[in-house]
Amino acid sequence: MSKQVEIKDLSLYFGAHRAVADVTMTIGAHEVTAIIGPSGCGKSTLLRSLNRMHELVPGARHEGEVLLDGEDVYARDPVAVRRSVGMVFQRPNPFPTMSVFDNVVAGLRLNGVRDKKLLKEVAEHSLRQAGMWEELGGRLDTGGARLSGGQQQRLCIARAIAVQPEVLLMDEPCSALDPISTLKIEDLLRELKNEYTIVIVTHNMQQAARVSDSTAFFTIEKAGEPGRLIEYDDTEKIFTKPSNPTTERYISGRFG
Amino acid sequence: MAAATAGARPRFQPKRRLGRRKATNAVAIGLMGLCVLLALLPLVSLLAYVIERGARALSLTALVHAPAPSVDGGGGFGQAIVGSVILLAIAALVGIPWGVLTAVYLSEYARGRLGRVVRFFSDVLTGIPTLVTGLVVYGLLVVALGSFSALAGGVALGLIMLPIVARGSEEMLNLVPDSLREAGLALGMPKWKVTLRIVVPTAAKGIVTANLLAIARASGETAPLIVTVLGSNFFTTKLLGTPIAALPLYIFQNATQPDPVKIRLAWAATLVLISFVLVLSLLARLIGRGSRVTE
Amino acid sequence: MAEQQPPARAGRGQPLAVTIRLPAERKRTVPEEVTSERERALAPRAPAAPQRRSLRSLAGPGGAWGDRTFRWLVTGMAVALLGLVAVLFYELSANARPLIARDGLSFVWRNVWDVPRDIFGARALLVGTLVSSLIAVVLAVPVALGISLFLTEVAPRWLRQPISSLVELLAAVPSVAFGFWGLLVLVPIMARTVNPFLIKVLGWTGLFEAPQFGVSLVTAGVVLAVMILPIVAAISREVFTVVPSDQREAAFALGATKWESIRMAVLPYSRAGIVGAVVLGLGRAMGETMAVVFVIGNSPQITSNLLAPGASITAQIANTFAEVSTTGHQLNALLYLALLLFFVTLVVNVAARLLVWRTSAVAGGVR
Repeated sequence: MSKQVEIKDLSLYFGAHRAVADVTMTIGAHEVTAIIGPSGCGKSTLLRSLNRMHELVPGARHEGEVLLDGEDVYARDPVAVRRSVGMVFQRPNPFPTMSVFDNVVAGLRLNGVRDKKLLKEVAEHSLRQAGMWEELGGRLDTGGARLSGGQQQRLCIARAIAVQPEVLLMDEPCSALDPISTLKIEDLLRELKNEYTIVIVTHNMQQAARVSDSTAFFTIEKAGEPGRLIEYDDTEKIFTKPSNPTTERYISGRFG
Repeated sequence: MAAATAGARPRFQPKRRLGRRKATNAVAIGLMGLCVLLALLPLVSLLAYVIERGARALSLTALVHAPAPSVDGGGGFGQAIVGSVILLAIAALVGIPWGVLTAVYLSEYARGRLGRVVRFFSDVLTGIPTLVTGLVVYGLLVVALGSFSALAGGVALGLIMLPIVARGSEEMLNLVPDSLREAGLALGMPKWKVTLRIVVPTAAKGIVTANLLAIARASGETAPLIVTVLGSNFFTTKLLGTPIAALPLYIFQNATQPDPVKIRLAWAATLVLISFVLVLSLLARLIGRGSRVTE
Repeated sequence: MAEQQPPARAGRGQPLAVTIRLPAERKRTVPEEVTSERERALAPRAPAAPQRRSLRSLAGPGGAWGDRTFRWLVTGMAVALLGLVAVLFYELSANARPLIARDGLSFVWRNVWDVPRDIFGARALLVGTLVSSLIAVVLAVPVALGISLFLTEVAPRWLRQPISSLVELLAAVPSVAFGFWGLLVLVPIMARTVNPFLIKVLGWTGLFEAPQFGVSLVTAGVVLAVMILPIVAAISREVFTVVPSDQREAAFALGATKWESIRMAVLPYSRAGIVGAVVLGLGRAMGETMAVVFVIGNSPQITSNLLAPGASITAQIANTFAEVSTTGHQLNALLYLALLLFFVTLVVNVAARLLVWRTSAVAGGVR
């Protein structure tokens, strides 16, 4: 079900300001790809362009292509794209007025699925995949906001995968969580990549080293410049023998 | 871990097709836009009628003279304009100082419970029907003093202005950054001087805006005047002892008469009243735009 | 000369560089050392160096006395505001007392208004006030919500200010103008076109019957709707703005259309606030006088026909006040009516404020 994402000469603009420049990379299927780099260099912007959330900002535009299994996402309807490319955000955002169950199946209901039996099946499957079934299986009526931070984030993951996307985008998903929840989610990623292609933006290098198969390093050369892809390679190679000196300086903590 | 035990994934097909969802979306947004147009309809209709019929009936006579028998052309509503001016002046004297001082209290001195209670009741006061406020002033000033009077009407309008002035001014005072207060205190100024010489002047433009809007609001109030000033066909500037005219009251009393001359004059008076309110509101906005506090 | 103070502590006392723009357009930059001065003024430490002490003398003698007086002055005015509410209540009840003493609460549910025989009852007026206000709410709330949703979720930035201004314009027009317009423009339209249509289509409900003359509870409801529209729209707009963008993003990320995101993320979050706005609108409608008095028909009667002339508390007071008789209890009756209205609107407004405040508190805002 998962597909690869080819990014070709992608530049992202907010009005006249170019935030990300000339990115070309291929994100492999069934892999966890981490995007690392210092704050403010466009990592999140790039991530959001993959499911067309970036264009929700007035004045935002793009140049180049993002091909999901050969088809440019910018040629499709954004609503359809966002079903194929799911997203989990930095701060967990379950819908507070809905129960756990309603949260998980929210995406399905949008698509008109009403069959209660089917909804329950999908909810159980997604919660199991997100590692939440033991904790919450019997408590599906709990309000979405009553859970702890880590639980909320895993709920959001369950919600995102319930609609069976091909790609799952994660924008610093653990930065608002405690270390134990972080570890739980990292474990989850290793399992989830069997079904989805995962792209994770993180400012935590150790996390990138732990969970990802490939890593892309982004940075800004000078203030006011757009973010650029500096190096993209197997994680192990990036962290032990990076080809680019800038990458090396970032990895060893000399900036960022 | 858990995910491995998730089992076979249940299949589902989206039931509702994208086309229909987008159509629903378009209809919903269209309806929202329609609501905007719907709201503008009465406004446009009102303004069209007022401008058309009011302009036709408006003349120097209408503005300057008192009412005359219809057979002579009806005269005018000059006495109502003068009356309104007097009433608003009294209202401003009552409502503005009290309101601004209360705002100063709320923004600079309010602590805990009392502050919350005052703010809450100030909000409550805005919700009291203006007719009721008028009746209270009737009891206090008309009955006690023995007659309808400009004073009673002005006080009623002032009391109506009070919570508007207080809340509006408080918001403006809250916009003044704390660093200015700290700077004043650091220079050794006592708090009251900091408030009067730094905070209030900085917020002055905003406070003036709030006050002008309150006056604009008060100028259109009719109900409280029905019960405090009664209305009159004669010019007067006496503050006590006699009823006085007011523009909105004149409109009310004339518009319900089956006399086409009086109705025409009522349109003219409405034009004058609305113009006054709009000019005042515009002025308030222009002044407000010049208010800047930078850090 | 003055010893250099160590750099200010982190937290309180960050060094400030502030430009104070006073009305006389004097620009003064407060230098860093002044902050250190405040540090020393607030902390119990060694006395200030001689130059610094001279700054203190700017306050002059009696600084503390001035403070106390001023504080009393402003607090007094604020407390007087509370006193005002008490005075309002007291005055109304005092002037209504003769009738309260004579009739007690039976005034509230009696349906009669007989001046010559000095018998009064508020029921028809209460019903009229309530019904016309409910009609206003039913008409105004969907439109107001539509407008505020349009402004917060749909409209492009450049369109927001113009539409806002137009809604504010609507709010600025005095109610007497709309009442007048209602009488001369709306009533004929209702009588000739709308009411017959209502009778034809909805007559089976028993609520819409001939004969009708255009003046009615329904017409009053329409004019009231125009009056309360701006405030319901303004409050709803505040309520919607407070919804965190996180929520909308979560909906969009699931592939929701704009309308779906509103239904999923914005509306459920704002439930309490919307109810508050609606209740506030109801309160405002009940207290309106000029919007109703022109078009309600001023005939105190209770019928199920919404198209028949009716009356409301405010219209009754406004219409009969000028000719009130000095004998008998008519004036007391009018004031009793006002007392009832005061209570009802008070309860409604307090409920509404509590609902609206709760939403902003939930969202983490401080009011």
